[in-house]
Amino acid sequence: MVKEKINELKKRANEIRKESLVMVYHAQSGHLGGSLSEADILAALYFYKLRLNPKKPDWEDRDRFVLSKGHACPAYYAALAIKGFFNKKELESYRKINGLLQGHPELKIPGVDYAGGSLGQGIPVANGMALACKLDKKDYKVYVLIGDGEAQEGVVWEASMSAAFYKLDNLIYILDKNQVQQTGTTKEIMDIGNATEKWRAFGFDVIEINGHDIEQIINALDKADNVKGKPTMIIANTIKGKGVSFMELNPKFHGKAPNDKEFKQAMEELNKIKFD
Amino acid sequence: MKMSGIVKEEKGKEATRDGYGKGLVEAGRKNKNVVALDADLSDSTRSEWFKKEFPDRFFSMGIAEQDMIGTAAGLALCGKIPYASSFAIFSQRAFELTRNIVSRNKINVKIVGSHAGLFTGEDGKSAQAIEDISVYRTLPNFIVIQPCDAIEAEKATLALLDYKGPSYMRLLRNPLPIIHDTNYKFEIGKGGILRNGKDAVIFATGTMVHEAIKAAEMLKEDNINVYVVNIHTIKPIDEKLIIDLAKKTNCVITAEDHNIIGGLGSAVAEVLSENYPCLMLRIGMEDRYGESGKPDELYEKYGLSANKVAEKVKKFVKGK
Repeated sequence: MVKEKINELKKRANEIRKESLVMVYHAQSGHLGGSLSEADILAALYFYKLRLNPKKPDWEDRDRFVLSKGHACPAYYAALAIKGFFNKKELESYRKINGLLQGHPELKIPGVDYAGGSLGQGIPVANGMALACKLDKKDYKVYVLIGDGEAQEGVVWEASMSAAFYKLDNLIYILDKNQVQQTGTTKEIMDIGNATEKWRAFGFDVIEINGHDIEQIINALDKADNVKGKPTMIIANTIKGKGVSFMELNPKFHGKAPNDKEFKQAMEELNKIKFD
Repeated sequence: MKMSGIVKEEKGKEATRDGYGKGLVEAGRKNKNVVALDADLSDSTRSEWFKKEFPDRFFSMGIAEQDMIGTAAGLALCGKIPYASSFAIFSQRAFELTRNIVSRNKINVKIVGSHAGLFTGEDGKSAQAIEDISVYRTLPNFIVIQPCDAIEAEKATLALLDYKGPSYMRLLRNPLPIIHDTNYKFEIGKGGILRNGKDAVIFATGTMVHEAIKAAEMLKEDNINVYVVNIHTIKPIDEKLIIDLAKKTNCVITAEDHNIIGGLGSAVAEVLSENYPCLMLRIGMEDRYGESGKPDELYEKYGLSANKVAEKVKKFVKGK
């Protein structure tokens, strides 16, 4: 991977973080922590990996992306807007009445393949998409982003069982293992234990990476292309609130908007990030 | 009033789940995008008949109803037409996925719940869904159907193929008399008058259509003539027919093998209270669960048999 491309993706991730911060600040509600943790993954997906056409959001052969942790949609909306699925001005409608960008995704939003909102539910939906792809003998891939808190939902494991059972090698799960959920750390609330071993035991090809290292993310995504006969799980070790010092690993910023002072400081920190 | 083609004599008996099994195979032949999913009950729901003919389009989901509903939605989002079947009771395990994925996004998933009601019999109360109509009826975008014989079930299954949107179809385990002939035209949302009357009207669904027909015969001896109407679509319900017959009789009875709260009785009461308020009698499970036993024994004990229906209707008509 050329250095310029990696640098570009880092800039995209930073842009996604800043847009997310602005959206949640303006709405004075929304989920920032999980948006900041997934920003690098989304940058790699939307500006490197996914086969998409923003002018034809319903293109049948597009890769599908399922944001199962639907609450973390500010970063998702930002990525879609930057990619050109809709005007960046729409980001101002986040969580507003009559707005396009609802508090959790909706199918009517251009570029949205699945309307998440209730945890665990995007995983079986992604499986269904991957099954349909196989039935139709198409070659698109299905990516689904899962939270580590989300992995406490039973249906995640039901779906993991069937993804392996149906040998869905066109399906890539990505775990945004950001270590924090609404009321504390995942270790305190319900430790999911050794995620790598668990998914491996379920029959996945598991790749563990630093989810903030762009190069590691794109390498893992590329590696998943060559997996045959089983689904892939990319365990992305991340930090909830990544990029803003006082939000990092702080459960308070799971679902709370920053005040004026916090916003200013957060923006300053994100603006200070240097690129090669 | 115009009747909807009841035959005078029974043409044998068959379970509505059998009608579904046939309809599903036919739907599969008509449209290659039809797929079926089941949660380890395909022999009981008859979806295995589809599996036999279209093994590649059948998905065994294991005993995992949440996964089944989510997977069905994913298939539908990529252009497939999924029928997802289980027992009525277990389908409800996936309720919140059904609400948040299928209903909220108006996804074309056909949920099919068999072995509903007290009629299921010996398996007892854990298996006898008496709340499923109510549960699915509250979900925006959903339609709710309960056929009363195998022919109607087959036709309803095919009607659902042409219907785009979330649906729930309630099926029954045991054989029921066939009262429709093969030329019968099934139309979603249209009630069918099976027997003309004068003094009262019984709006019935599923098994209770048959009990109501028998009860109507018994009531004739007391010089009480009742309309019997098959309400196969509980949502959207045939408002016009309900209001018309309420006006004609001023004496409205509902009959269902389901809790009297939230099901057909409630649906009819909702229509009438806003359009033509009149006294009503709701026959059904009176906010309690059933038990093990033979269906006819249970119907007698829980007040759903033709005898009991006739008794209740007589008292209601005389008391007015």
